[in-house]
Amino acid sequence: MRTSDKPNPRLTLEQLDALARDLDAIREAVIADLGTRDAAHIRRMMRLQGRLELTGRALLYLGFLPPVWLAAVACLAISSLLNREEIGHNVLHGQYDWMGDPALNSQTFEWGSLGASKEWRHSHNYVHHTFTNVLGKDRDIGYGIMRLSREQKWHPYYLGNPLYAALLMPLLDWGFAFHDLEVDRLVRRERTWSQNREIHRRLRRKIGIDVLREYVLFPALTGPLFLSTLAANACAKVLRDLWTSAIIFCGHFPDGVATFTEGELANETRGHWYYRQLLGTANISGGRLFQIMSGHLSHQIEHHLFPDLPSPRYPQIAPQVRAVCEKYGLPYTTGPLHRQLGSTWRKIFRLALPGRTRSQAYGTAA
Amino acid sequence: MKPLLRLLASPLLDVLAGPNGIDRYLAAVNPLWSVSETRARVLQIRHQTRDTVTLILQPNANWLGFRAGQHVRLGVEVNGVRRHRCFSPASSTHQRNRLIEISATVNPAGVVSQYLKHRAEPGEILTMSPAQGTFALPVPRPERLLMISAGSGITPVMSMLRTLCDEDYPGRVTFLHYARTQADMLYRDELYDIARDHPGITLVCAHTRQRRAGDLHGHLTEEQLNSIDADFTAAEAYVCGPPGLVDTARDIWTAHGVENRLHTETFTSALTMTAPATKGSVVRFARSGISATATGASLLEQAEASGLRPPFGCRRGICSTCTSRKFSGVVRHVLTGEASHTEEEQIRLCVSAPSGDVTLDL
Repeated sequence: MRTSDKPNPRLTLEQLDALARDLDAIREAVIADLGTRDAAHIRRMMRLQGRLELTGRALLYLGFLPPVWLAAVACLAISSLLNREEIGHNVLHGQYDWMGDPALNSQTFEWGSLGASKEWRHSHNYVHHTFTNVLGKDRDIGYGIMRLSREQKWHPYYLGNPLYAALLMPLLDWGFAFHDLEVDRLVRRERTWSQNREIHRRLRRKIGIDVLREYVLFPALTGPLFLSTLAANACAKVLRDLWTSAIIFCGHFPDGVATFTEGELANETRGHWYYRQLLGTANISGGRLFQIMSGHLSHQIEHHLFPDLPSPRYPQIAPQVRAVCEKYGLPYTTGPLHRQLGSTWRKIFRLALPGRTRSQAYGTAA
Repeated sequence: MKPLLRLLASPLLDVLAGPNGIDRYLAAVNPLWSVSETRARVLQIRHQTRDTVTLILQPNANWLGFRAGQHVRLGVEVNGVRRHRCFSPASSTHQRNRLIEISATVNPAGVVSQYLKHRAEPGEILTMSPAQGTFALPVPRPERLLMISAGSGITPVMSMLRTLCDEDYPGRVTFLHYARTQADMLYRDELYDIARDHPGITLVCAHTRQRRAGDLHGHLTEEQLNSIDADFTAAEAYVCGPPGLVDTARDIWTAHGVENRLHTETFTSALTMTAPATKGSVVRFARSGISATATGASLLEQAEASGLRPPFGCRRGICSTCTSRKFSGVVRHVLTGEASHTEEEQIRLCVSAPSGDVTLDL
């Protein structure tokens, strides 16, 4: 058991190099084995997403029947969840670039999220995945609005920590879209309005089209059921965002996850980067269905070590990654959703208050 | 289908489909359907000879047809990776249901031809380019035609011959085909039937490795042509086959001063393995027209040293920001040493170094 303010286990430079070799070997074995099964998986997911969405849209023509309306919301929520995480997030990481299919090309793929792919590739693929959990660098620690690490300086603003989290959860997609504008840095004058102009334009266009589609056109196409369809579309998005935020909050915020300082980045080796990913990330345990519904973010550890490997590979290599962790005495933080979520929320409340009080060990598996 | 396609491509549907695009929803119903991509379903796979494979393809509504003799670039997914190869349809341009037939000789080291011969199954979906190439039957049709082919080079001229038959072509055709042996000859029975039913069509079978059967033996010579028709240079000649055959033909026609009546197409093996030389080979940046000598540095550094500014992020193979298209050549992953294949693919510039000549879309 360990908590976030226990010192991180230290490895020597030689150990870090050996760690890099061990993890590279896992990666290479998967790369050599990539093939038809991986291609079939992403295509199956895209087909399933398309069918669920078409079904959901069609069911809304019978939306005056409450059970049908609920079924439509379920179809649309699941389709939009698959679209954002298992398809969009993973394709944008370049997990399927090797297939050479232009429809799965990370550089041209536009995902079903409000924020544009271009900004996401910068803020997520580059900033978050390179500088994972480095204070002052990784803007995903609290997303610039919450205090989620003891090392973040307290400010009376953070008294609202639980409120910000509660507001962000149902509107996660909107939050992420505006996250790219880096408003917090704008306020602190670390960023200028002119830097945002082009992002702003792309964002306006994408959000405009999305609002038009979900809240005007599709409702209008169902005629007298306009309001029922509009409500269904909005509910589907909120459900998706509640679920997605629950999953991703558990990736980096539960107890047992470490944060780092910018000083550790100087001349960082591949081994040290791997080390940082292992300590800065947590998994959620669960079955096959849960893994797909989380876009395989239940395997955040494997995802952070190998962001460009097709996601269904993560559960396959998890035992190997765990064995490597044991070999070097590194923690492999995982637990069921309710426990990880409980741990995250306790942290959200605790860090609303000032001070560096010792946290208790809330049963994170080490 | 065409008005439906236009409707599907309308701006309203574009907004309704959102960033996923209409193709996502079409493919969810039928994998052949698309508004943007020409795709074809494999209907039938036949094995005419031991080392060839013949496919019957049903293209989707985006297929604009072809002129007899032209070729298409097919995208075939082998082990999840889309590979591209050029094939000339052998079918008539008047084929019912717009079906397309292609035949390929199996290359012992060929990824795609081996796949098509041994693993492809009916129902599979391929992608297709529009028909390309100037090796095509002209309009109006010439009065006299001479077609010479060898091996699977028969496909474009077979398409010409079938097209002419469907048009009840009144002129004269001499069809000379080279196969190693009688058993290796593609479309043999059909060719005999065509020659029997059409008095204007003369079939000459030449075998290079079998003395007993066939009308002629050995590779193309002027004597062979003279023995078929002393006035062979009077016809428009279409020659398709390996480089040796095409070169011989060009020499003969040039010697007669009638190279304007000779039309050629050659099939070269897609296997152009580059030597694993790291330094001294050439890195070509195709879009900017710049070439540089490989220094052993990563392609990102090489591009920057050549004055290009490709986007980048982590510079260590994590974030995929610098992912670019490689047109050809082998690259080596600088961290793991793994070598890429030779074909077009997406690579990350920061962790790729050239192994031999490389051409990039930069």
